[in-house]
Amino acid sequence: MLRYVFRRLLTAIPTLFVIVTISFFLIRVAPGGPFNQERGLNPFIKANLNRQFGLDEPLWMQYLNYLNNLLHGNFGPSYNLPDFTVTELFKVGLPVSIQVGTSALILALIIGGILGIVAALRQNKAADYAVIATATAGSTIPTFVIAPIYQLTFATTLALVPVATWGNGALLNKIGPIVTLALPQIAIVARLMRGSMIEALRSHHIRTARALGLSDWSIIVKHALRGALLPIVSYAGPAAAALLTGSIIVETIFQIPGVGRYFVEAALNRDYTLVMGTVVVIALFTIVFNLIVDILYAVVDPRVRYD
Amino acid sequence: MASDETILSVEGLHVRFHTLDGIVDAVKGINMHVKAGETVAVVGESGSGKSQTMMAAMRLLASNGEATGTVAYRGANLLTLTKAELNEVRGRKITMIFQEPMTSLDPLYTIGNQLMEPIMRHRNVGAEEARREAIKMLKLVRIPEPERRMKSYPYEMSGGHRQRVMIAMAIANDPDLFLADEPSTALDVTIQAEILNLMADLRKRLGMSMIFITHDLNIVKRIADRVYVMRLGEHPYTKALLAAEPTGHKDPVPKTTPTMLAGTDMRVTFKVGGGLLAGEPIYLKAVDRVSVTLKRGQTIGIVGESGSGKSTLARALLKLLPSEGSIHFDGRHIEKLDPQAMRPLRKQLQIVFQDPFGSLSPRLTAGQIVTEGLLVHEPSISSRERDRRAAQAFTEVGLDPANRNRYPHEFSGGQRQRIAIARAIILKPKVVVLDEPTSALDRQVQKQIVELLRDLQKAHNLSYLFISHDLAVVRAMADHIMVMKDGRMVEQGSPEQIFDHPHEDYTKRLMAAAFVDHAEASA
Repeated sequence: MLRYVFRRLLTAIPTLFVIVTISFFLIRVAPGGPFNQERGLNPFIKANLNRQFGLDEPLWMQYLNYLNNLLHGNFGPSYNLPDFTVTELFKVGLPVSIQVGTSALILALIIGGILGIVAALRQNKAADYAVIATATAGSTIPTFVIAPIYQLTFATTLALVPVATWGNGALLNKIGPIVTLALPQIAIVARLMRGSMIEALRSHHIRTARALGLSDWSIIVKHALRGALLPIVSYAGPAAAALLTGSIIVETIFQIPGVGRYFVEAALNRDYTLVMGTVVVIALFTIVFNLIVDILYAVVDPRVRYD
Repeated sequence: MASDETILSVEGLHVRFHTLDGIVDAVKGINMHVKAGETVAVVGESGSGKSQTMMAAMRLLASNGEATGTVAYRGANLLTLTKAELNEVRGRKITMIFQEPMTSLDPLYTIGNQLMEPIMRHRNVGAEEARREAIKMLKLVRIPEPERRMKSYPYEMSGGHRQRVMIAMAIANDPDLFLADEPSTALDVTIQAEILNLMADLRKRLGMSMIFITHDLNIVKRIADRVYVMRLGEHPYTKALLAAEPTGHKDPVPKTTPTMLAGTDMRVTFKVGGGLLAGEPIYLKAVDRVSVTLKRGQTIGIVGESGSGKSTLARALLKLLPSEGSIHFDGRHIEKLDPQAMRPLRKQLQIVFQDPFGSLSPRLTAGQIVTEGLLVHEPSISSRERDRRAAQAFTEVGLDPANRNRYPHEFSGGQRQRIAIARAIILKPKVVVLDEPTSALDRQVQKQIVELLRDLQKAHNLSYLFISHDLAVVRAMADHIMVMKDGRMVEQGSPEQIFDHPHEDYTKRLMAAAFVDHAEASA
């Protein structure tokens, strides 16, 4: 198993290299640059800036420089927030995004999972229809609708929580973003869980368990749920990578200092280094979580062996 | 052995299913009695409700099923017990095994874990004692190395061994009544015989009653004290079942008939272990230097136990698997053709699989399934022409073309196999590989499919490669037979040579297992 993990991490290196290369040149293809402004910068100043950041060198040279820096763990300075390096920005923002994202993911897995199991056990009965209806609504109503409704109800009208502030990450401030982020995920997990649980409950070995007079608890939890978890595990991997790297909508609406907004803002501002930094971070998260998914698969299902 | 005490009595049992098309009556007022120590067989073709009767008794019906009447176990009506009371009976007093040994065990837990669970639940004993009991049960069902096998997962065991584990789980709590729903149908002939012997032996030793559901009258003769026949009433139906053994034989094709498909010195090797960093690769020779010559209009039967390489050989001949050796089809060498170059030949080389359910996409209608190949191979024809061809193919395989818009699950097993055959012949193939096309069907339906295949062969001068472990069917279909074992061909010849004068021990053993009761009956 260890050898497998090691091998997978090794293959991540060429993957990352390809991602870095493609995105490096893609963002350069987009017209404009980090120092283009509406009113136009004094050409002398602009040339100075370009020289300072090495943007006056030929593109391939810039690329090699970037790779070299990257190999030394240096993501470079941010062009638009010149007081910070990209690394510093992530050091501040990433823990915030991870905190909110992890809470939302755990919430989604627990609540969505339970709802899905209940729906499967009450298939085609009232409880099932209620879960499906809620889940469908939950996954169709966009975040930017849910968030303002939450703010209107709980902050403005009831005055239970602040409208949008982070502070030092006090629990009250976090409820809004976590719930908003979790709701669509709850809906997705509930639907996935319901489907795979229904399928698991129909399988032949469940019939065997019932014929042997085993308890409902053993049938549902030990024999049905474990197999039914596999689709959830495969969904949760990429979902975790997406949630933990922040959401621009949620972070903007709730004024959270996370990294989700960097991606869009940096791309719009041609903040090359910040775009690249975000790409690398998201790619790393995706690779690592996919690896975790594959390891969990082997834990849940003894037929899966990697050696 | 049997006493007068009735332990199970079924009275006026009805089973209904609420489906989208309305209510379907699966069992209509069955009466049945089983005495202590007695073995009762229930026979009938598929759809006669014999399995559903047992499922209803065990309260294992699908959620849209409903059972009325009484199923009394020692006076207690199983249909009205509370769940807690019911679970004191199920697995303790009455147990059941099923016809799907491959999927009836939980794939995620070890054999030991699954064996210990019902023992601990019903006998109120600790893990250590349950473990000892479990090992004892594995010994009783003659699983070799039981201590080691406790740690095995189901996927590490063969179908026969999995069914033995199922039996071990069923008898672990010393039940009164053992229900067996076609326990050997899905297994190889030699394994079937072993399982049946084991069950007969256990029944004697443990003194339990047994209800044995089957469509095989050989089994009935061997094992049952009494027979219930479901459907048209006892006597005429019993006759029909006996007569349903596939009969007839095929005349050999003339020596001068041109060759359609030939493989020379075929070898197929699978890598089963090792890899980039995992050390020396290990290879398995699935097919080892086998040559086949299939002439126009000929049927070659390939027989052998599962794992002997029958299907692998056929797939390699159709270039569905990479292989070594030369393949000759309709006058040209095809072993070196790439997939692109193979494509125009594909329509002439068709294959029909064993499991008619698994090989038909559940999301397409029967009509779509049958015409899918036309879309690929003859994309230029109009949709009306396609529809006409589909209707023709449906008629040809004996299906009502009006049912084209139904989905596979709305057809019976035999009808599904007809759909699979229609899908192959609509392309007007020259060679059809039939990979256990009748194994999942019961005898009466088998016979119909065999006759259909024969008619189609005559009408279109088809060449068949017929793979089966059912020797009665092979004997009725093939004019040349190859016997395979461990990837090698051990014997070949005409059906008369192979069936009546087999040379190899292996062939003799296959024959003995398949026709044991014929031998007994004639002796």
